[in-house]
Amino acid sequence: MTPRLELTGISKRFAATAALTDVALRLLPGEIHALVGENGAGKSTLVKTIAGVHQPDAGEIRLDGERITIPSPAAARAMRIAVVHQEPRLFPDLSVAENIFLIAPPTDRLHTIAWREMRRRAANLFEQLDVKMDVSAPVRGLSMADQQLIEIAKALSLDARVLILDEPTASLSTHEVERLFTIVRRTKERGVGVLFVSHRLDEVFALCDRATVFRDGRHVITAPTSELTTASLVRHMVGREVSLFPKEASTLGEPLLEVRGLSDAAGFRDVSFTVRAGEILGLAGLVGAGRTEIARVLFGIESRTAGEVLLDGKPVNFRSPSEALRAGIAYVPEDRHQDGLVLDFSIANNITLPILPRLFPRLLLRARVEDEVARSFSEPLRVRATGVGQAVSALSGGNQQKVVIAKWLATKPRVLILDEPTRGVDIGAKVEVHRIVSELAATGLAIVMISSDLPEVLAMSDRILVLHEGRVAAEIARSDASEERVMFAATGQVEAAAAGAGHGG
Amino acid sequence: MTAPAVRSRRLPLASLARWETLLVILLVGLLVAGTQLSRFFLSANNFANLTSSVMEVAIMALPMTLIIITGDIDLSVESMVGLAGAVLGTLMLAGLPLPLAIPIVLIVGGLGGWLNGLLVTRAGLPALVVTLGTLALFRGLANVILGPTVISVWPDWFTEFGFGTIAKSPIPYTLVVFAVLAAVFWLVTHGTWLGRQVVAIGKSKDAARYSGVPVASLRNWLFILSGVVAALAGIILAARFSSARNDNGTGMTLTVVTVVLLGGVDINGGKGSIPGVVLAVFVLAVLQNVLRLAGVSSEFQGIAVGLLLVFSVIVPQLARQAKAALDRARRGRRPPAGSMAAGEINV
Repeated sequence: MTPRLELTGISKRFAATAALTDVALRLLPGEIHALVGENGAGKSTLVKTIAGVHQPDAGEIRLDGERITIPSPAAARAMRIAVVHQEPRLFPDLSVAENIFLIAPPTDRLHTIAWREMRRRAANLFEQLDVKMDVSAPVRGLSMADQQLIEIAKALSLDARVLILDEPTASLSTHEVERLFTIVRRTKERGVGVLFVSHRLDEVFALCDRATVFRDGRHVITAPTSELTTASLVRHMVGREVSLFPKEASTLGEPLLEVRGLSDAAGFRDVSFTVRAGEILGLAGLVGAGRTEIARVLFGIESRTAGEVLLDGKPVNFRSPSEALRAGIAYVPEDRHQDGLVLDFSIANNITLPILPRLFPRLLLRARVEDEVARSFSEPLRVRATGVGQAVSALSGGNQQKVVIAKWLATKPRVLILDEPTRGVDIGAKVEVHRIVSELAATGLAIVMISSDLPEVLAMSDRILVLHEGRVAAEIARSDASEERVMFAATGQVEAAAAGAGHGG
Repeated sequence: MTAPAVRSRRLPLASLARWETLLVILLVGLLVAGTQLSRFFLSANNFANLTSSVMEVAIMALPMTLIIITGDIDLSVESMVGLAGAVLGTLMLAGLPLPLAIPIVLIVGGLGGWLNGLLVTRAGLPALVVTLGTLALFRGLANVILGPTVISVWPDWFTEFGFGTIAKSPIPYTLVVFAVLAAVFWLVTHGTWLGRQVVAIGKSKDAARYSGVPVASLRNWLFILSGVVAALAGIILAARFSSARNDNGTGMTLTVVTVVLLGGVDINGGKGSIPGVVLAVFVLAVLQNVLRLAGVSSEFQGIAVGLLLVFSVIVPQLARQAKAALDRARRGRRPPAGSMAAGEINV
């Protein structure tokens, strides 16, 4: 069978860095092919090479057997190579239909846009996807998942031969992922070659026919997923054996944080839970279930409308993050780049930012003290950098996340709230973050971990609180927890879960 | 992917040093031109003249530097200069001794700044629009208070403070005020964590807030500070011209912002230094003086200030572009199609 897309001997250098060295990839018609590897393995560079953003320094590309070059993204589009990026790149003020037909809108005889025809074709695309979507509504306000679907509809409108999905599930909830998978499978049946780039190994096994592993810009292995296991895949990615989720046993202490009947304006209602010293409470639920909103109220960013919060048995109500952090609450936010770090600042300046008034009560900064403090918190977390003077923008995602955690540990918190702590972090760093979190629990911190990564929640949590549409749907002890139970509760099917889970999601 | 990252880390410091070097060269060049133009240029008298003529702008540039670093701007300062003079003169005519009237004027300045700050941080309005509004408001108040009256009878000690020099030296009293303020601002901005927090706000308001930096109250205080300092500038201007008129200070905001940007402060916030702005103050003072000695009329001097403003925004931009081109050339390849692709290399 002639491959849809065949890459051989592709190499690409940026300045002194070899991003890709002599890699090969064969994408067959009607297959879903996973591309996996740690951050920096060369996945993005390869995707951008196929998308026409980068030109390879060496090697050849064949599309349906014919040798081609892809000089620009427009050329890629013309060859019916469609790319769905990790973050949808849509125009928020244009309608769904306009976004899909932005490049080549249908026109009438006067060369003006044929609006009705455009809407009809857009609606037709969503019909094929079996999705309800108002094609004349503006994109602004649509969920990440819907925006992703628009990108896919855009790809379909090209009648793509090759479809590349670059970490499409990073911001989707479980049932949105299921819907996406159904659509991708349907696309595959039409003979499209689908390249699926992902960090989530369970998805690779659930969806893909074959998998290719890259490491340090080189091709490691290509094999049918049926011949691979999670452990073997991880071994190929990191080049060493890793145990996936280390979790240390910890003795639970006194209740540190108690939340009773907490509500906010829109996100969640009547939420109650308790976290003890040394305990990890997992907060599971779909995106939009109100998990991040709870964290933002606890940290004093948003205000509550009802209920109370007790810290050490004393009622507290924080009106700003500075009050919350003085009281011993730390929050590792979901969006590292936007909220977690000042990217232009050095590691040291980031770590000391919340504690400057405490560290220097006489106002004057002392660089040596700052560096020492920064080192004492970043070194135990094994932040890989040239030194604490390095700008955090130059670090990898995993190391940036470690800096965020180090920064919050420096405040000597007693309650640590982690919001998607390993999103977008490569597998090696993920394991390290898990190790760090479980060690912190062992030292007596009360930890609340919000995560959409089910295996992570199951492996790390002592107890799991599942939210559904802003309410607590279930509280599940570690010993009773399974992916099915959590997922049923998260989708609002508590009875089914109680009756014994079994018949699919 | 490490190589470009390391380079971009070294870039800000190096380019800042180069920017200040550029200012020094500019200043020396102007000084040389001045000596060529007139043998009086280097006289003590001329030095006192050229410095005292920009001191109001100079002291207002200090809080403006911090405000622009946080990503805000205060356009209302020139009207506060007028309002301060009007209030001071009116209180004096009403029989209040100046040593009592001056603190009241400074408080008025603080209240005006507080209004700016509240509208920006509480109501969440853009500083550009808010201070454009108070620019008109404060000027309007000055008009209401003074009308067409010109107050020109002031105590001798007051006018002496405005344009006199210390003993027989060529150092104006107002230069001392500026020097003290500049030293304090330099220390606070570059040596204390308050300055660090201000820069953090300019680089990322969200990350600063999540790190417990009191973003709203700091921005609010900077507007208050700007109001107080503008009122002080209004007092100095009234003293220097022995006159309080409703149009005192008109057009000064442009000059203040010019000095700040010429000093290397990034109009997008997050970057800037007090020494750079101090250098820019003297570049402006000497430039104005040289133009006057060369017989250039004041209308054309206004054009010079405008050109300086554009120059100080364009040059760093050109430098960045030149640097990017140089980097590409060094990599020995033509740029990938479109500048967007070039930017994506680091992703």
